[in-house]
Amino acid sequence: MTPALRLTGVTKRFGTLVANDAISLSVAAGEVVALLGENGAGKTTLMNILFGHYTADGGTIEVGGQALPPGQPRAALAAGVGMVHQHFTLAENLSVLDNLMLGTRGLWRLRSGRAAARARIEALARDFGLAVDPMARVADLSVGERQRVEILKALYRDARVLILDEPTAVLTPQEAEALFSTLRKAVAKGLAVIFISHKLHEVMAIAHRVVVLRHGRAVGEVAIGGTSPAQLAAMMVGAEVAAPAIAPAREGGVALRLAGVSTAGFRPDLRGVDLDLVAGRITGLAGVSGNGQGALASLIGGLTSPVAGRIEIGGAPVQGWSPRRAVGQGIARIPEDRHHTGTIGDFSLTENAVLETLRDPRFSRAGWIDWAAARTHTSRLIAAYDIRCPGPDARIRLLSGGNMQKLILGRVLEEAPKVILANQPVRGLDIGAVTFVQERLLEARARGAAVLLISEDLEEVTALSDVIHVMSEGRLSPGFARGTIGTADLGLWMAGQGFDHAA
Amino acid sequence: MSDLWGILISVSLWVAMVRIASPLIFATLGELLCERAGVLNLGIEGIMVAGAFSGWYAAYAGFGLWPAVAVAFATGMAFGALHSVLTVLFGLSQHVVGIGITLFATASSYYAYRLALPEVTSPPKIEAFATWPVPGLSQIPVLGPAFFDQTPLTYLAYGVAIVLSLVLARTPLGLAIRAVGENPASVEAQGLSVAGLRMGAVIAGSGLMAVGGSFLTLSAFNSFFFEMVNGRGWICIALVVFGAWKPGKAVAGAFLFAAFDAAQIRLQQTGLGAAVPYQVFLMLPYLLSILALIVMSRRAAVPAALMVPFRKGER
Amino acid sequence: MRLEPIAAPTPARRMLPPVLALVATAALGALLALAAGAEPLAVLGLIVKGAVGSKFALLETLNRATPLIFTGLAVAVAFRARLWNIGAEAQLYAGALVTVLLGTGALPWPSAVLIPVIALAAMVAGALMLLGPAVLKLRFGVDEVVTTLLLNFVMLLVVSMLLEGALKDPMGMGWPKSAALAKEARLPRIVTGLRLHWGFALAILAAVAVWIIDRKTVAGFEMRAVGAGEAAARFAGIGVPGVVIRTAALSGGLAALAGFSEVAGLKGNLTLDLSPGYGYTGIVVAMLAALNPLGVVLAALFVAAIFVGADSMSRAAEVPTYIADMLLAFALLAMVLALMLTRYRVRRA
Repeated sequence: MTPALRLTGVTKRFGTLVANDAISLSVAAGEVVALLGENGAGKTTLMNILFGHYTADGGTIEVGGQALPPGQPRAALAAGVGMVHQHFTLAENLSVLDNLMLGTRGLWRLRSGRAAARARIEALARDFGLAVDPMARVADLSVGERQRVEILKALYRDARVLILDEPTAVLTPQEAEALFSTLRKAVAKGLAVIFISHKLHEVMAIAHRVVVLRHGRAVGEVAIGGTSPAQLAAMMVGAEVAAPAIAPAREGGVALRLAGVSTAGFRPDLRGVDLDLVAGRITGLAGVSGNGQGALASLIGGLTSPVAGRIEIGGAPVQGWSPRRAVGQGIARIPEDRHHTGTIGDFSLTENAVLETLRDPRFSRAGWIDWAAARTHTSRLIAAYDIRCPGPDARIRLLSGGNMQKLILGRVLEEAPKVILANQPVRGLDIGAVTFVQERLLEARARGAAVLLISEDLEEVTALSDVIHVMSEGRLSPGFARGTIGTADLGLWMAGQGFDHAA
Repeated sequence: MSDLWGILISVSLWVAMVRIASPLIFATLGELLCERAGVLNLGIEGIMVAGAFSGWYAAYAGFGLWPAVAVAFATGMAFGALHSVLTVLFGLSQHVVGIGITLFATASSYYAYRLALPEVTSPPKIEAFATWPVPGLSQIPVLGPAFFDQTPLTYLAYGVAIVLSLVLARTPLGLAIRAVGENPASVEAQGLSVAGLRMGAVIAGSGLMAVGGSFLTLSAFNSFFFEMVNGRGWICIALVVFGAWKPGKAVAGAFLFAAFDAAQIRLQQTGLGAAVPYQVFLMLPYLLSILALIVMSRRAAVPAALMVPFRKGER
Repeated sequence: MRLEPIAAPTPARRMLPPVLALVATAALGALLALAAGAEPLAVLGLIVKGAVGSKFALLETLNRATPLIFTGLAVAVAFRARLWNIGAEAQLYAGALVTVLLGTGALPWPSAVLIPVIALAAMVAGALMLLGPAVLKLRFGVDEVVTTLLLNFVMLLVVSMLLEGALKDPMGMGWPKSAALAKEARLPRIVTGLRLHWGFALAILAAVAVWIIDRKTVAGFEMRAVGAGEAAARFAGIGVPGVVIRTAALSGGLAALAGFSEVAGLKGNLTLDLSPGYGYTGIVVAMLAALNPLGVVLAALFVAAIFVGADSMSRAAEVPTYIADMLLAFALLAMVLALMLTRYRVRRA
């Protein structure tokens, strides 16, 4: 039988980097194939080629036996390829119906045929268990609902091949289970599904077959019945993964305390959150992103002041809370978005290294900058943190994500901080950089710093944290000491259960 | 006070209002189309100059009035094409490119004018559009003469307003334009061309701006002067904001603005006008525009992707 | 098509696009000359001769460059911090107004005191002129492009009103112009007998000062940081609203110095045609200089040479002087594109 989708020898280079190296893979109707690989292994590039966002440098793509012309999303859509991107591609100010209908009728037609479209969408939603109100504005929907809209978009266009890029990153375990049930209905109706993930247990749960990518190459293909998570992990990283060794915590006093703090202006806001960050302890914050982590990080980082409650550092309430004050009080801040908030791309490494501390007497006197001191400092960071770069004067935009993150780490850790706010510190990094960052955080813990680790990767949080809290809709769960809570229970808290009893 | 009242009840005020509003309607709708697709077009001022000149010159050269309007439209589209190549394809700063287009279009028009008419001191006149009362409708008291005893170009402005609001609200094309201004990634994911939609909107919108400029030389006046656009383009940008990016509201804003303008011209003739320097009255339109921007700033109707260049494959 | 950042641009990559932009501009100039029925090379020769061909021409070019250096710096400083100041024209007139207000006998002081006081007062006026739009941007999110543009028209009307009213020269025979500046308020000539005033030296000084602020001071660093990455600057603890206000003050002040130097150095009084669009041309100057303060001096000299040369050329040949405006606007667009192409490669998707 002709496979629903067949990729043969797909190759894509960016400059000298080979993102995809002669990758071949096929999916049959009624089958779920997982594409497993580390961040940066080439999964997303491959899917962007398949969907026509990029043009491959070599190789062919066939859908249902027909070759797909390169570089044309329209052709991919017409051939029945539907894609659910990791970052949703919805226009927030438009209705669900508008988003679904966009581009499905000839642009020059006079009528849009909304009534018929709406009826069809409602039928599809019923068949696949994707409840969503077609007339709702997308901006008013939850993340889970938006994902359903994305899937409906593909189904509405009669997709035969459905590609999901890291679909569970934004879901609670329970929402993920609902997604899996939708996918099972889809394959039962004869769709072919490609499921992109780096989470082993999900791959084991949903896929029939797994293709493992590493450094842009397809390094293995196994049926799910004949493999194990350990084997997959080994294939993925090319060696046995050594979990970081964690010494027992030597805890001190409370370094930073949030007492009943609430915020305003976020979605969602914090609601009466109490949190102690204890010296020598890593406090992990689990939860689906978008549940108040942003508000909490802004608050501790000095970008927001509480509208109720107070922040105490070393037992004393803070006054005039600002980023500069936070830095001055010994808070090291590793921001979630290292490209956008962590660094200035067109500035040199030196300029980025002193961004927070330029007014310090080490680097400036009476408003005059001592660039020589700043460069010396940066050169020291480059050596100490193994930052691969052309030198302290190079624009930071040219660095890889891992090296950029190392500069940010060096920038804040060299100031011997009392509190470390690490917001998604390893997202998007390759395995070597991940280990580097995690080891630095553990070192800081051993030195007596209080670390707050915010991550949406449950495995990371459980591995590193001495105490875990869960955030859901701006509320904070009680803390659970290492080893006292399982994934299933964490999932329930992430979905918002438990808070009512606790309150 | 009685002066003011006398002005408000005079039919000529309302006739003037519609005449003053007409070029603004064309240009405001043109700018609105660009901005709904996510592109701020600061070339508007210069494109209006180019439309005023090219339309006038076509009529002066004997092409006839309607072909002259078409020439203006085509001229605007040409500058729109240049704008959109730079801002959409190359993703350059919409501020800098827009100002550059304004300078370039203005200078081109002046250069071409001087080339065409090296010797004249007073600008030659053409036979401009005459008023054409719409049978029946123009008989309605006050409203009739104001809205339906105008030149055909004004009726064209009404038509453009109606068509543009219907297209934006009701058709697949309009949906695509709105979506590309909100989130270009949504458009690309549905197989439509972000660049195509944005360039199309900028080119068509620029054509409308130029027709607005040509109204000045083909309908409001009958010759081309330097400086005749005089900031009208910038006012149209304020009107788009004032109209919360909705065609109907923007047109209403143009009428409101024009009513003030018509009234201030008449106020200058009164006792009050004699007491206050005329420059104060001339300032009002600009100050009013700034005020409108401040008042409307709280409304979050701005297209989410306005001024955000889109680069394929980047998120 | 797709734009791919270039990691380490080669010297060729850095030089070629800007050179091509200038070549394209020259090519357009040749076409325009042909359209006017003139010989392109002859026109070019006349422009060069008119700009630098004699001592008089050269001094005229330096004089014309003076206000352009100021407005170019004003634009460069603002644009670097992503404050889109298109209102240098209004700020220039604000400076000119203050110069006339204080310089026509109101302050009976000697030059050594009077001139610095007037210059500072002019800078304050220009700064205030831009603070309005800056505050509206910060407080209400009103786009400063539109407000500064609209204020240009308002300011011209204010000047016109004053020249026909309070500031009108009683000896002016009905012309709308101000009284002449007192001798003590006039900027002297750099060399006696040559028509070049100290405003030019002040402009060079301003460029060097801006360059030092840019590179050596915390304030300049913060302005650049806000322009290059506002979110990161805010995160790092840089007070963005304060930086925007400081930038606006500096930018408006620099533009006002153009008005001060034109009135006190060149014209000696204020008329409505003091500036033939120096505020707008400042944008061209700043972009040709890639927003570099020292580059602004070179760009201003280049732009001034084109204007002066074109004026002189149009008297000799049948080519309208607007050729200069057209070529410079084209050069602006071409240079913006060229500068981008020094750092990005165009590739198919």
